[in-house]
Amino acid sequence: MEWLTPLVAPFIVLNAIIGIVTYVTLLERKFAARMQSRVGPYRVGPHGLLQPIADAIKLMMKEDVVPTAVDRPVYNLAPIVFLVPCMLIFATIPFAPGLGVADLNIGILFFLAVSAMEIVGLFMAGWGSNNKYALLSAMRAVNQVISYDLPFIFSALVPVLLAGSLRLSDIAAAQAGLWFVFYPVVGQLAFIAFIVSTVAAENRAPFDILEAESELVAGFRVEYSGMKFAIIQLAEYAHVVGASFLGALLFLGAWAGPGPEWLGPGWFLLKAMFVFLLVTWVRWSFVRIRVDQILALSWKVLLPATLVLLIAAAIVVVWRGTPGV
Amino acid sequence: MPETIAFYVFSAIAIGASALVIGQRNPMHSVLLLIASFGALAGLYIQLDAPFVAVAQIIIYAGAIMVLFLFVVMLLNAPQEDAAEWDRTHPLRQGVLARFGSLLALLLVVELVWALLGTSDVDRPVGEQAGAAGSVRALGKVLFTEYVFPFEATSVLILVAMVGAVVLARRESDES
Repeated sequence: MEWLTPLVAPFIVLNAIIGIVTYVTLLERKFAARMQSRVGPYRVGPHGLLQPIADAIKLMMKEDVVPTAVDRPVYNLAPIVFLVPCMLIFATIPFAPGLGVADLNIGILFFLAVSAMEIVGLFMAGWGSNNKYALLSAMRAVNQVISYDLPFIFSALVPVLLAGSLRLSDIAAAQAGLWFVFYPVVGQLAFIAFIVSTVAAENRAPFDILEAESELVAGFRVEYSGMKFAIIQLAEYAHVVGASFLGALLFLGAWAGPGPEWLGPGWFLLKAMFVFLLVTWVRWSFVRIRVDQILALSWKVLLPATLVLLIAAAIVVVWRGTPGV
Repeated sequence: MPETIAFYVFSAIAIGASALVIGQRNPMHSVLLLIASFGALAGLYIQLDAPFVAVAQIIIYAGAIMVLFLFVVMLLNAPQEDAAEWDRTHPLRQGVLARFGSLLALLLVVELVWALLGTSDVDRPVGEQAGAAGSVRALGKVLFTEYVFPFEATSVLILVAMVGAVVLARRESDES
């Protein structure tokens, strides 16, 4: 039974993540409804609490339509290739001290590397569909992801410098005294840069040109239906939730909070949901901006700003002598 | 035992995907298979106790460079010519070139075998050899003290290439 242990933790985490992701859709719909003075899902179960389950069942029952002109192997593999990195990013996240699948000594690099791989699946979906809207969407996605990966990585490296470690649990532990979001000036600016590049990297409004409904229908997933569509949707939300957990871990002190220690994972989840709601808030507040504006914002503002921030954080660490708060 | 199985799986994917890269008619499939091959290589690096190299492999090769490849192939509108036509006109179909190519390939195989036979420490455990590559801190230290000149020279080289690319791109747009 010894060899079973490495299989149990991923199994639990995977199922918990799928559960969280399913209910995060309801959270977002309720939140968006609130912002637009609507009620949101209300019919299925009390306050619409069973809506995500009804949605999941509906998607599973749907017919799987495969257009004749698609590039079959690429088209069929794309949702899986898209889903795997979005699930793998949870592997290194410690949900409490010592509670996680794998606490690598380069945890944050693993997260950033794997999370950037989702573009391959997205690209396969867009290109394999053999549809002009999907292809345009994939091209825009590549453009945007290349531009926003750099500020995303640089802003995530600021807490790494402040904590002096690439291990995610060390970064969380370094914030026991002071959360990095409260670190004077550097912390707040890095958090803002992180949120902006997360919104852009997740392709959400105001940066959602790759699924701009009015011009591209549904973007790269326009030819997908049934379970494949559900997998793409699941992967997208899993990626947002993963980035929210990373934000909560890097800037909001992860499991630090009042109460006994076993409440830690609860606090972590609460903070991650806070970051998720921040991203959602931005999504439902702004209108879509043009491609050139998106690229200009990344290369002319965010990238230099995060580079300066990184240097500033390095100077602070050197000046204070040791990393840590 | 699981390590051995994982090693053979990763190796099989790396070798199989690399071999398939050459055989594809559609350049887009070649690029995607190359990404799979790079991913398997990253898995092998992890087994060699070099997680940093593995992650760098994913970020730089499988992530950035291959995505740019995809982009270029797509922008050039992937030539999907008629198979027979392609076979007839392809430069590698010409006798002299094909023979020269096979000679080069044979030479490469001989060199590889010779190099592998020459190394004596293949059966030593990896841990002691990897050393510096295992920890980011040690790697950074070595890179910025012992090898600082090659490191900086490489970055200047890359910068020159980038400036060159920008200049070329700009000139083209001026003409049109």
